[in-house]
Formats: sequence, structure tokens, C-alpha cells
Amino acid sequence: MDMEIKGNKAKLSKTTMNDLVTYEMVILTYIVVQILVSTGHVSSLIQGLLVPFCTYVIVAVALNLTVGILGELSLGHAGFMCVGAFASAVFSLAFKDALPGGLRFFLALLIGAAAAALVGFLVGIPVLRLRGDYLAIVTLAFGEIIKNIINVLYLGVDSKGVHFSMKDALSLHLEEDGVMLIKGAQGVTGTPNDSNFTVGVILILVTLFIVLNFIHSRTGRAVMSIRDNRIAAESVGINVTKYKLIAFTVSASLAGVAGVLYAHNLSTLNALPKNFGYNMSIMILVFVVLGGIGNIRGSIIAAVLLTLLPEVLRGLSDYRMLIYSIVLIVMMIFNWSPNAIFFRKRLKQKFLPGRKAAKEEA
Amino acid sequence: MKKRMLSLVLAGVMTAALLTGCGGSAGTDAGSADGAAQESAETEETTDAAEETEAADEAAGDEAAAEDGAAQADGDSAGGTFKIGGIGPLTGSNAVYGIAAMNGSQIAVDEINAAGGINGMTVELNFQDDETDSEKSVNAYNALKDWGVQVIDGCVTSACSIAVSAKTAEDQIFQLTPSGSAVDCVATPNAFRVCFSDPNQGAASAQYIGDHSLATKVAVIYDSSDVYSSGIYEKFAAEAESQPFEVVTAGAFTADNKTDFSVQLQQAKDAGADLVFLPIYYNEAALILKQASDMGFSVKFFGCDGLDGILGVKNFDASLTEGVMLLTPFAADATDDLTVKFVTTYKEKFNETPNQFAADGYDAIYTIKAAAEKAGITADMSNEEICAAMQTAMTEITVDGLTGEGITWDASGEPTKEPKAVVIKDGVYTAM
Repeated sequence: MDMEIKGNKAKLSKTTMNDLVTYEMVILTYIVVQILVSTGHVSSLIQGLLVPFCTYVIVAVALNLTVGILGELSLGHAGFMCVGAFASAVFSLAFKDALPGGLRFFLALLIGAAAAALVGFLVGIPVLRLRGDYLAIVTLAFGEIIKNIINVLYLGVDSKGVHFSMKDALSLHLEEDGVMLIKGAQGVTGTPNDSNFTVGVILILVTLFIVLNFIHSRTGRAVMSIRDNRIAAESVGINVTKYKLIAFTVSASLAGVAGVLYAHNLSTLNALPKNFGYNMSIMILVFVVLGGIGNIRGSIIAAVLLTLLPEVLRGLSDYRMLIYSIVLIVMMIFNWSPNAIFFRKRLKQKFLPGRKAAKEEA
Repeated sequence: MKKRMLSLVLAGVMTAALLTGCGGSAGTDAGSADGAAQESAETEETTDAAEETEAADEAAGDEAAAEDGAAQADGDSAGGTFKIGGIGPLTGSNAVYGIAAMNGSQIAVDEINAAGGINGMTVELNFQDDETDSEKSVNAYNALKDWGVQVIDGCVTSACSIAVSAKTAEDQIFQLTPSGSAVDCVATPNAFRVCFSDPNQGAASAQYIGDHSLATKVAVIYDSSDVYSSGIYEKFAAEAESQPFEVVTAGAFTADNKTDFSVQLQQAKDAGADLVFLPIYYNEAALILKQASDMGFSVKFFGCDGLDGILGVKNFDASLTEGVMLLTPFAADATDDLTVKFVTTYKEKFNETPNQFAADGYDAIYTIKAAAEKAGITADMSNEEICAAMQTAMTEITVDGLTGEGITWDASGEPTKEPKAVVIKDGVYTAM
């Protein structure tokens, strides 16, 4: 009895410690990078990658909430990013001169998150009632639909109000003073560059705070119980659809935040297969799977590594995508193959006898 | 737990040490060091701290060696080197444009170096891949900055060009895009272009059709998901209102369904169109010609520079192109000396017939040369000085290139050149 209580206590503090390590890792990296940047030791390539790192970390953590905690497969997180990106970019462009930078970006973040949450909620209502892999299919279709709608959407604003068309820019009949916000396939141009590394890291911390606390909360436990045994969860009175919807909506809105960061990092925003297509959704899924499903810290590290890798391999020109895919496979085997896990364990025993001994002592 | 914290701190310190060790000069090096540190952070539980440091030292050593090698390869000539950075898609579905522009630029660079360089400086071209993605394009630009780029020759595609021009304007680096045709590509004062802008082509096409009374009823088939195509269409439709013909139908398609055009063609046929305007790329145009002939719809076709290359489409009956008219700045079978020389060199080197993008890339390098000579650029000038001097020089030069004679620029960055219209007769371009 005594032993058991002791064990529980140790376990509880371990989760808290684990979370703290994750926060610490982000903050420490931030401080180190900031010092290096201010002393001029970081190349332009890496400096340019800092905001994309933050974007992909946030969206990977968001997807991990759906895949790891909720246990459902989403293949449309790039679509939610896209919604957040376009909603916020349109807002920022429309109020470019009317609002000061900081306030505008804050509101843009809220708008992007809200828009993605709303869309995630609407997608979730019918699908999350079902069992099986329907969410994967529907989100896959959703991502493609969003991309195509935005490619034919023309939105303009003038003194008479907001105009929109699904045909072409001419049918908007804008007044002389009109401003085009979304120009169909040409997307949004001239978004103010409000994203920076500091904002990105703050958003990562906020995302971590939301996700980690969500996991440890009552709601989070309910969600995980649904993941582990739906029938058992239902039998103790958990409203399955409600909790699934909560988790999925939070995940979608966080993906929307990542979209806002993405949109305000570049002055042009297009919905291309490259950035918001299903390839991107699968890329985000790769971050999650490589980092470990349900392992938030792993997602962060995997997102940074896999964003960095193709850029670092630039020197190899034609072969870089080949090598990139080989590295992916090797990493996957190293992380998940039973043989590799056994090998890692043996290595650990060989090189870390101290730790083992300490454990035995305890 | 303590041990874990310790190893984390160690990993952090290592990142710092590595980045300091090889930072600044070479971007990729700093990057891989960062990556190595992250990786070791990930495996913190499996490896011991001492081992990590060892591995990291090794990595740092390798990098230092690589850097030395790079420095040696940079051999300085008498007047120094002039570093031109190119950006374009070298992989992915638009790779053919990026590769063509890169090859065209490379030919120009080789020619210039053989003739003594620019103001005695040897020209170096470093062409980076952007996969037609704005974000990757900015990454490519940053990589070029680490390499010490002085002038940007890019990007090849419009959206990327816009994204990069925002950054070059911030850093004051001169940018000349060979083929970024969207209006906003040259919105910043430091950005110029070689090709026609989309609206320019749309308006020119409408005027050409009107002036030569080619048709009274025009149908348009365009790709609404493509910036180039929809940009031309919009301006064409606007200009058509003041021309003696009317646009009877406008059939759009998207990149996701570009194989069956029977609906759009039927629409055009029903509306009684006597000319179909195709502001699209040649692959789709070839399908349209084939399907129109299959359904017995004989009509005139008129296209823009995107149609250039239609004669080379594989498994396509080139006789269908008989009578197709197109506005293009470059025709590979033109007989002037410059084109003949360029096409021969290109075929020798790359075993292909150059397209318009190759010609744009070639002209871009010669335009940079002309402006650099006018501005008296030397190797020791800073990027800001080069940018300011080139900006002024661009408005003062006249370039006779592959894509036009007597091309001039104004401060807005737009080129002024005559659009050439050609008609395909007996399988070759003939001037109209």
C-alpha cells in the first residue's frame, strides 16, 4: 500500500516535470538563438527559417492533439491552416492602415483561430458521430475543397461595402477607391509582415499551455478514455461526440493560429497544392508520427528537424529530396521498429549502467 | 531527473558552441550543426553526454574542412567576382520553366566570362530551387544571401517573385525577374522584369485582335487557378470592351481538371465564336486543339507566350497547330544571328530546343551586365550601393536581346518592347 502511494506520487510529479522540460526546452532554445542572432552568429538561411519552425511546431502540436490524444486521423490540417491564414490575411490587409501593428496582429490571431475553429466545428459535427476512419476521409476532402474555393474566390472592398464573386475580378464592379483583398488564384498580396520569432515562440508556449493542460484536465482524461475504449467511456456516462468535438475544435483552431503566423511571414499568400494541399497535411502527420504519437515534445523536435533538413541539404542540389526521403525512412525505422527499439535498449544498458544502478537502489 | 536536466542544458550549450564555431559565413553549416544538436537532444535518454560532445566535435571538424574546401574553390580573378543568385523551380511540376531559365542564364554567364566578365569581374551564378513555393523561395533567397549574393536573377514564377521582392526591398538587393509576369512582381523600386506583364499581354492581345479584325465573336478558355492565365484573361476582357469584337463565353478550368475541355469548346461553338483566345500553357492548349478537331469545330486560335513550345509536344499531331496565332517575345526558329547562336549553343549543351523561359533567363543576365557596366559596379561595392546604382542605370540602358530589340525600362520596373505576333504555317513560326 505504502509503496503504491509513493509510486503514484512519483508518477504525478513526473508528468509535471515532463511538461516543464518541454517548456524549458522551448524557452532555452529561444534564449540561445536570440543571443546568437544578436551577436551575428546565425546565417540568414536559419534566421529566415525561424518563423516557419514556429509555424510547423504549432500545427504539429495541434495535430498531435487529434491524432495522439483523440485517436482520430485528420488529413486536413493544412486546410485549417489555410482557413486561418486567409481569414487573418484578409483582415490584416483591410485594416493595414487603420490599426497599429501589434493590436492588428493580435486581432488577426483571434480571427484566424476563430475561423478555423468554426470550420473545424462544422466539419466535426457530422463526422465525429461516426466510428471508424471517416474523419480522415472527410478532412482530406475538406482540405482540397477549401483550397479550390479560395482559388476561385474574388473579394474586394470599396465605399459601398464588401463585394465577392466566384467568377472573376471584373464581376466585382469595384468603385474607383476599391481594394482587392483576395484575387482568386493570385491570392492575397501585400499582407503586413507582422510575424517574428519572438511572437512565434510566445505562440508555441501558449499552444503548449493549452494542449498540455487540456490533456491533464478532466476533459482531456475523458477524451483519452474515449480513445482507449469507447464503449467503456460511454458506459460511465461520457458524452462521446461532445468531447470529441471539443478536442477536434481546439486542434483546428490551433492549426488556424499556425496559419496566421504563416500568412504574416510572407507578403504573398496563395493556396497552392504545395503549401495547403494534402501533401502538406501528410507532412504534418509525418511530424507527428516521427515525433511519437501522443508525444508533444517529440512533435516539436520532429517539426523543427524535418523543416530544417531539406534546407540544410541544399548543397546536394538534385539529390536532396532523395536523401530527405531516405532519412525519413531511416528515422522511422530507428524510432518504431521492434528490432531498433531492442537495439536502443541494449545500448542504453551498455552505456548507462549508472542510471540503471541508481534505479535499482531506489 | 537531474541527469535529464543536465543533459538538456548540455545540449543547449552544445548548440551554442557549434553555432558560434561555424556561424556567419556558411549558412548550411550552421544549419547542420543546429540539426545535430537537436538530434542529440532528442536522443538524450539513450546516449551519454560525453559521447554526444564527441560526436558533435567530429561534426564540427567535418564542417570546418568543408568550409576550407569551399573557400579554395572560390578562386579570385583579377577584378574579383560578381555573384548573381538565381531562384526558380528546379523540381516539381514547374521544373521545366526553372531549369530552362537556369540553363539560359548559365549560357549567358559562360559567354560573358569568356569575353572577360563584367567590368573585369568574373560572373558566378548560383541557382537555387524553390519548388514554386513562396516560403521555399524565401529560404532559397536567404541561402543565397549567406553565399554573398550581390544581384538576384529571379524568381522564375510570379508568386515566389512577389514574396522574394518584399525581402530584397528590405535588404536593398537589386532584383531582376526573368519571367515573373504578375503586376506585383515589380511593385518594389529595386525590382525589374524582362518579360511582359500579364495585363500587358492581355491588353496587347485584345488590341491585336481588334486592330487586325481577326474576329467579331471571341471565346476564351483559361485556367482560373493559375495566376498567369487569369491575369491575362482579366485584362483581356477589360480591354475587349473598347474593341470591335465581343467576348461571347469565358470557360474556366483549374489545375485539377485540365484534361477534358469538351464543355468549354461546346460552349464556344454554341455561342458562334469565330476565334478562341487561349491565355494558357501549351500542354493544355495541345489537348484543346485535339479535342476541337475531334468535335469538328474549326475556328481560329490565338494565344500568348505560354503557347510557345506547342510544336514540341510529344504524341501530338503538330499539323493541328496550322494557323494558330500567338504573341510571343521569342521564337526558337527565328533567323537573326543572336537567336541562331543561342539556340545552337543551347542544343549542344542541353540537348533541347530552348523555350521562352530560357531566352528570358539569357536576357536577364545580359540586362544585369548592361546595367552593371552603365553603373560602373565593382566587386568591393556593398549591396546597397549596387542596388541604388543599378536602379538608376536600369532606366538608362537599352538592351537588344532574344526577347526583343531595343528593350528599355522605366522606374516602375516594366520593360518596353514590341510584342511580336506569329502564325504557325507549315509547322514553323511565321511573322504576321
